[in-house]
Amino acid sequence: MSDARTDILAGIRRSLKRDAVDAETRRALEARLSGHRANLVPKRGQVTGREKIEAFAQMAEFSLATITRVASADQVPQALADYLKSQNLPAEIRMAPDPQLDAIPWSDTPLLKIARGKPNPSDEVGVTGVFAGIAETGTLMLLSGPQSPSTLNFLPETHVAIVRADQVLGSYEDGWAALRQSNRGMPRTVNFITGPSRSGDIEQTLQLGAHGPRRLHIVLIDN
Amino acid sequence: MHPTSRAFRANATAALSNKTLQQAMANLGFRQKRLEAVARLPEFDALRDQARDIKNHTLQHLDFYLEAYEAKVRDSGGQVHWCRTPEEARQTILGICRSLNARSVTKGKTMIAEEIALNPFLEENGIAPIETDLGEYIIQLRNEPPSHIIAPAIHVTKEQVADSFLEKHAIYGKTRRLTEPREMLEEARGILREKFLRADVGITGANFLIAETGSSIIVTNEGNGDLTQLLPRAHIVLATPEKLVPTLEDVSTILRLLARSATGQEFSVYTTVSTGPRRTEDPDGPEQYHVVILDNGRSAMLGTEFQDMLRCIRCSACMNHCPVYGAIGGHAYGWVYPGPMGAVLTPSLIGVDQAGALPNASTFCGKCESVCPMKIPLPKMMRHWREREYERRLSSTVSRYGIALWAFLARRPALYHLATGWAARVLGRLGQRHGNFENLPLAGGWTRFRDLPAPEGKTFHQAWAERPLRTQDR
Repeated sequence: MSDARTDILAGIRRSLKRDAVDAETRRALEARLSGHRANLVPKRGQVTGREKIEAFAQMAEFSLATITRVASADQVPQALADYLKSQNLPAEIRMAPDPQLDAIPWSDTPLLKIARGKPNPSDEVGVTGVFAGIAETGTLMLLSGPQSPSTLNFLPETHVAIVRADQVLGSYEDGWAALRQSNRGMPRTVNFITGPSRSGDIEQTLQLGAHGPRRLHIVLIDN
Repeated sequence: MHPTSRAFRANATAALSNKTLQQAMANLGFRQKRLEAVARLPEFDALRDQARDIKNHTLQHLDFYLEAYEAKVRDSGGQVHWCRTPEEARQTILGICRSLNARSVTKGKTMIAEEIALNPFLEENGIAPIETDLGEYIIQLRNEPPSHIIAPAIHVTKEQVADSFLEKHAIYGKTRRLTEPREMLEEARGILREKFLRADVGITGANFLIAETGSSIIVTNEGNGDLTQLLPRAHIVLATPEKLVPTLEDVSTILRLLARSATGQEFSVYTTVSTGPRRTEDPDGPEQYHVVILDNGRSAMLGTEFQDMLRCIRCSACMNHCPVYGAIGGHAYGWVYPGPMGAVLTPSLIGVDQAGALPNASTFCGKCESVCPMKIPLPKMMRHWREREYERRLSSTVSRYGIALWAFLARRPALYHLATGWAARVLGRLGQRHGNFENLPLAGGWTRFRDLPAPEGKTFHQAWAERPLRTQDR
């Protein structure tokens, strides 16, 4: 116990004109912490079904992400190859070692050169799965872990995220609930990503690709 | 940072006649964008009420939540360092850097680091701090403090950025003078990428601390805060106690207000929740996670008329909408926090004797309070600071006599009516010919910049008493 700690806590209690919280208050506060009660969730975060998927796609584009929609996982490699070609990007990708992505038949598109694992500084295109999509603001939710190195979300100039429609949730609160339900505990990093990196720091002119990816492309599998 | 808030009057006068500054400040684009973002979310006002209540609840039980937070940080393998003063915080950070033999430190944007003047301190101790937010990087090259809490280089024109880059990037072999913001961003991105990859320690601030999980949250648009914390061996979070909120649900509510109030975005590009160091099986992330919690006078604000200020989430809506800030920019305020939030916070942190001029730099138009997502009564608190300044006899002699004279008259209605009636008659007659005065004794502060309209011969009270009655008033 450092002196500074004792002093700061004592100072707070002195200012609040009370001692440490009593047993009853403590129980109430602990219950509040473990209760995970949601506050007001806006209507647009409570959408369901098709409406939710459409809202996600629409809000993602509003955040300046681009999106390709495919009918099944089989079509992802071709969609990805087409996107890279359209942007004059090399058909070389660094892909997260995420088993979710193994369900996609990559070998059907032999022109794609795929490396797995965390990125090297020279990798131009990063491909990841997501933990969830959040319809409310078209946001991607990614968790760090052995299968999803966080640096892959930031170092390559282009980030392609592969999202299954069943991963799209309504609100941030739904994202937290899903994380708790997955029983994996809090990961080191939870990234909420809404559009490509940007800066307005020079004369308030919007420039994409400040330090993170210049492009954020979503391949949405409408399963 | 050494405060120059005492020189506010001179600072503001200089700012008003600084053509480059006026050019840079001419189009503050945040207002319209905020308005549009708020219009897209019908629940915005209801969320403001909830956000205010969440923070009030947290502040009321701050000791409990700090202890709960600390226990969770420890559980996840991180360390909390408690610091009362800027000096304790600087020494703590230096200690962590030294233990890692750190030579270079990348920094995400943190206003608390400005508060404790961290950069010059690290430099004195042989450690190179590198600002990575583009705006912060620009002002670091220019060797000046930020002038806005989320757009630190808002006072700088692109020509000035080009000059700084030309001068300071020559060492990297960049010798062409750039003209477009796009090229400037590219050049800075390239240079900073190398710094990111080589840094030993990354320091970020925190927008929020979460008691439930022991997490810290940063919100950025560039992604610089993420590279800052993911690539080096250690991540140091520099925060203050009032950043706490109880749960992930609570922070979700407040996050819905933050970006909309700040830049008018639906959500910032990167909202990052960090909990402890990298796990054993993680392929990347920092090996150490330290949270430095600096009090620096905040706990003493609890229980006072300034407690509500601790709800502030540093969105900058108040300064973006303030006519005074818009006219003079942030540097005139003379310390870390400008605009209305700075006018309230600065006297709390460095003393009203130093910063008494700031709460006076307001027209009390009330716009700041009306756009504050946390519903902080900023004008009311500025009034409290003016009262304290008056009580401690810190205000100028002229204004004290002026207020004393006014108070004397205001307490004696008959005398008051006599005096104002006389003044209105005399001024009305004197000003009859032109309808206004180009100069008037004792009113030079007004007439130097504009004409003073002449009274028409009656006071408001007289005109009111003589007004024709409408039917419904009879």
